[in-house]
Amino acid sequence: MSVQTHSVSRGSQSAKVAAFLGVIVLIVLIAAPWWAGRADMRLMGEMFLYLSLACLWNLMAGYAGLVSVGQQAYVGFGGYMLFALTMFAGLPPLVAIVGAGVLGALISIPVAALIFRLRGAYFAIGTWVMAEVFRLSFAQVSSLGGGSGSSLPVGIVRSLAGSRSARESLAYWMALGAAVVVIAAVYLFLRSRRGLALTAIRDNELAAASLGIDVWRIKFVVYVVTGGLTAMLGALIFLQKLRISPDAAFSVNDWTAFVIFIVVIGGIGTLEGPIIGTLVFFALRETLADLGTIYLIVLGFVAIVVMLKAPRGVWGFVRERYDIQLFPLAYHVQKKPKTDK
Amino acid sequence: MPPILELDGLKKSFGAIVVADDLSFHLGEGEALGIIGPNGAGKTTTFNLITGALGPNAGKIRFQGSDITSHSAALRSRSGIARSFQVPQPFSGMTVFENAMVAATQAAGLSGHKAEQFALDILDKTELLSKANQTAGSLTLLDRKRLELSRALCTKPKLLLLDEIAGGLTESECTALVDTIKDVHASGVSIIWIEHVVHALLAVVDRLMVIDFGRKIAEGDPSTIMKSPEVEEIYLGIAVDA
Repeated sequence: MSVQTHSVSRGSQSAKVAAFLGVIVLIVLIAAPWWAGRADMRLMGEMFLYLSLACLWNLMAGYAGLVSVGQQAYVGFGGYMLFALTMFAGLPPLVAIVGAGVLGALISIPVAALIFRLRGAYFAIGTWVMAEVFRLSFAQVSSLGGGSGSSLPVGIVRSLAGSRSARESLAYWMALGAAVVVIAAVYLFLRSRRGLALTAIRDNELAAASLGIDVWRIKFVVYVVTGGLTAMLGALIFLQKLRISPDAAFSVNDWTAFVIFIVVIGGIGTLEGPIIGTLVFFALRETLADLGTIYLIVLGFVAIVVMLKAPRGVWGFVRERYDIQLFPLAYHVQKKPKTDK
Repeated sequence: MPPILELDGLKKSFGAIVVADDLSFHLGEGEALGIIGPNGAGKTTTFNLITGALGPNAGKIRFQGSDITSHSAALRSRSGIARSFQVPQPFSGMTVFENAMVAATQAAGLSGHKAEQFALDILDKTELLSKANQTAGSLTLLDRKRLELSRALCTKPKLLLLDEIAGGLTESECTALVDTIKDVHASGVSIIWIEHVVHALLAVVDRLMVIDFGRKIAEGDPSTIMKSPEVEEIYLGIAVDA
């Protein structure tokens, strides 16, 4: 009695083209140390890290509905854990990055248990307060430099790679690797059975719960995984900066406001949004950086215009007009061609 | 035959407003029960209590013999209780097919090709197959109601709760929907149906219950109940001794 006249597919022509172009772009990017200058590589590395942060924030806020303005808690925590694990535990930096991620996920569990009691705007404020608690706590740790911070000892930096250019290449590749891993992980998650549940939660929590989805548990898992991965990114960020202080590590502007800008401009609740948003953000930043404070005013202006004219972001705007997707997430039902057999 | 659902002394109030007052009733396996009552009588609240969207202040709910009073809405859905919402609650950003897939994968526990085929079957039954790729947010009212029904059926329900699914539909739309519900009932699914469109309701249900102020007023054979003075007075608002 089953419907044999229709079939279901998840690919699309645009996704195939996007995958093909994506592989070419990735190969070109991997080869950057041979064609790009030092400044360009630094910039691209920063872009990859922001892209990763944006993808994670989008997963959490855009899909799970957890609008956090306190993700700097995990960026800073990860950064500090990198310093602590390399300086005091003597771990190699690469191991310390993974360790920072694991510790970030662990610390996010009690934080989630606390702030998940809050809803909506109260949740957002709660996350910010938690981030401030993190900042003030780390400012008390004198072995990590207290309020003025500390630098990564030269020996640890040298242990990464001998020459400066080798270290810069390594940092670049790690940032690129982080972006690829984060995007792939988010994509695979959204494509899975759990991801379908998360997308349902994005659209309607009430209906999701009535269709067998354990809303609380999925949100909790997303929050903890996001916390862990964000802490790992934080470790990577401060491995490049080589210096950490509470104000830089737990900066709400650097690690949350700009990230929210990227996601909202690009298109919240879509996988493509953060990628577009990152390109827009860095294009604006690089062209307007010389203007000083005016740059921030322009950013704010762009954000307001996009919210008014295209509330679903650049990608949402594109998707409304053309039925395209870069990642094959959607299902398509087609009529099977009639075959005489 | 043991009842599939038993409500025993359910109480629920929001502050001073009592929405379920010592409410007890049961539903037999494969039975279809209709619930009528004036607006604000506590009909939807009863559904919220059965599906776990609300917790009662007192009383017990048993499903297939086991106490589910403390179970979450998600767990109840997975064990076979499905509902359609009075105000349709589609996943607006997802397509009709994806909406059905959510129910098939999360509540019915199907996966891969099986889930896809099952969702297609249900959409065929509810006449939404031709709109499978359409975004749920762009559907008309009739199609939104059909989607509510499709999603509920995709959970492979043992008990189906329909909340005013015929409200706002034209006569012919209503007939089509009633036929679908009759088929579902004939396949052995137990049904509780809240409806103001009484003739649609009477075409399906085996038993009728009237509630008002969170209390059961009358219960029994549909035609007898419809003629009873309590129904005429309370539900239809006609003074009997006028």
